[in-house]
Amino acid sequence: MNVTPLAAEAVKNDPVLNIAIFAAFVAVTLFIVIRASRNNKTAADYYAAGRSFSGTQNGFAIAGDYLSAASFLGICGAIAVNGYDGFLYSIGFLVAWLVALLLVAEMMRNTGKFTMADVLSFRLKQRPVRMAAAITTLAVCFFYLLAQMSGAGGLVSLLLGIDSKVGQSIVIAIVGVLMIIYVLIGGMKGTTWVQIVKAGLLIAGALAMTVWVLALHGFSLNNLLQDAVANAPQGDKILGPGLKYGANPLDFLSLGMALVLGTAGLPHVLMRFYTVPTAKEARKSVVWAIWLIGGFYLLSLVLGYGAGALVGPEAITKAPGGVNSAAPLLAQALGGPLLMGFISAVAFATILAVVAGLTITAAASFAHDIYSNVIKRGKDGTGESDAAGEVKVARRTVIVIGILAIIGGIGAQGQNIAFLVALAFAIAASANLPTILYSLFWKRFNTRGAVWSMYGGLIVAVALIVISPVFSGSPTAMIPGLDIAIFPLENPGIISIPAGFLLGWIGTVTARTAESRALAAEMEVRSLTGFGAEKAVEH
Amino acid sequence: MTDRIDEESGVGIDYIAVEESQRFQGLRRMQRSFIFPLAVFFLLWYFAYVLLAAFAVDFMSQRVWGDITVGLLFGLGQFVTTFVITMWYVSFANRKLDPVATEIREELEKAEAGA
Repeated sequence: MNVTPLAAEAVKNDPVLNIAIFAAFVAVTLFIVIRASRNNKTAADYYAAGRSFSGTQNGFAIAGDYLSAASFLGICGAIAVNGYDGFLYSIGFLVAWLVALLLVAEMMRNTGKFTMADVLSFRLKQRPVRMAAAITTLAVCFFYLLAQMSGAGGLVSLLLGIDSKVGQSIVIAIVGVLMIIYVLIGGMKGTTWVQIVKAGLLIAGALAMTVWVLALHGFSLNNLLQDAVANAPQGDKILGPGLKYGANPLDFLSLGMALVLGTAGLPHVLMRFYTVPTAKEARKSVVWAIWLIGGFYLLSLVLGYGAGALVGPEAITKAPGGVNSAAPLLAQALGGPLLMGFISAVAFATILAVVAGLTITAAASFAHDIYSNVIKRGKDGTGESDAAGEVKVARRTVIVIGILAIIGGIGAQGQNIAFLVALAFAIAASANLPTILYSLFWKRFNTRGAVWSMYGGLIVAVALIVISPVFSGSPTAMIPGLDIAIFPLENPGIISIPAGFLLGWIGTVTARTAESRALAAEMEVRSLTGFGAEKAVEH
Repeated sequence: MTDRIDEESGVGIDYIAVEESQRFQGLRRMQRSFIFPLAVFFLLWYFAYVLLAAFAVDFMSQRVWGDITVGLLFGLGQFVTTFVITMWYVSFANRKLDPVATEIREELEKAEAGA
């Protein structure tokens, strides 16, 4: 058994090789994007890929979208360094999909067109509800985008050997520009293909490494755990919970709530349900996503403990990318620079694909909800909504968001990435999920309830983050010099999620105006039967 | 979807009548009586697991055999229940929900075409 750390001496890697593999990935995906873009004519083509993907393809794309750098590099690293607590994280991310499968996916697909706001405003007052839904969508996308972009900067220092701030900024700008090109040319179809390719590569790479790690340990999980324990400074504490979250169990409960309830409210995940032709295909895509994501997290359990056993927690935390470098270092320990280059390129591709998915969601929400339905009120004078103008606005929004993401990503370099991701999940769970569930399952739910729940959930979540130790008052905070941390938890979910549900209920029961009974009946009939649902575009 | 109201009210489908029909009510009851208990179950099981991991560290760190702990088995149990619920729901939806939903939808589509 090999207990001596293989890669403990130094991080030797070959930037030229890494860049070459990455460039090859960009070339292949760009080719696919250009090919996929030939049929981008209507708004349904641009936002929803003509609703022409199969459930299986969409399942891969969802997995590609969901297995972001935070969950791939972050979970492997957390398991390698903190053992069991990293595993806990992945369980929340997986179980969350049952909320999407049972309660949200199919009914969303049946009642909406392009965005979450389509469903929420179906039977409520269009303008206030759309505006609120667009704002929460943009907020979630923005924080998620910042996390991915600043994560890109951190990865660069590890993978390409670029340590200078200027060098990292240039790479963030390159990621941003590539993403703008993908989304502008390819729309949803191109973005989806990038995600499918990336998911396939990521899962294949992780599977190969897992088999390799297990082979080195006689295909026994027990042997692997033994070696990981022997290598860990905390010894067998890595086999049980508590190393990372032990100091504040309430905080962990709060995080657990945000994870399990946030996923089904993430706008870029919800939008993926519109790329398939029917609710049945939406169901199938969630099932594929659950198998792929669950399988991947099982692999990352082996990879995480494998990195602990073969690389060693101390070597990982000392490496330039810190905890995030566990998976690439394990790849190097196993297969040398070539495998490390491959895994690094997949990690880059991950960021690119996730960023592209977020951008198209944010652009669709701005163009479809705010521009087309709130500003233009869905009419261009002829009584028809102006789809061509809407797509033009969406494309311009993509450029604006891309530039904002580049600037934000450069500014957020070195920020606490987990904080940004947790904030995105907490907002999704507090501001989006209550309104989605209420409008699908509670006939009395009305406009005031929706608006109160969305703005209330958003404001409570953001306010609690601002007065939490991640924002100020601790050495690792965003603004370490300031101390306004009154709220003791890092994650606001435990307060803000119930607040979102409660405000939706109070708003509904106190409103005096009754909503249309006929529209409520129509929404219910459509959501369950799929009658009148948006059809696939014929080409 | 502001175009929806002009578009749909023109075809004259009485959605309230459809919604109140026995068949639709049956479909709704069948769907909800399946998904709600299941959702309650998996959320309770998930939060029980999270609470154990947060507050019962010693129990979760107990070894069952070798280096396999109670916590690891419970965690893998979450994966198993997630996969089982997924397959169970899909087979239920395919067998029970889809036929009724398709029947109602096709009737509505016929009515719309005839109007």
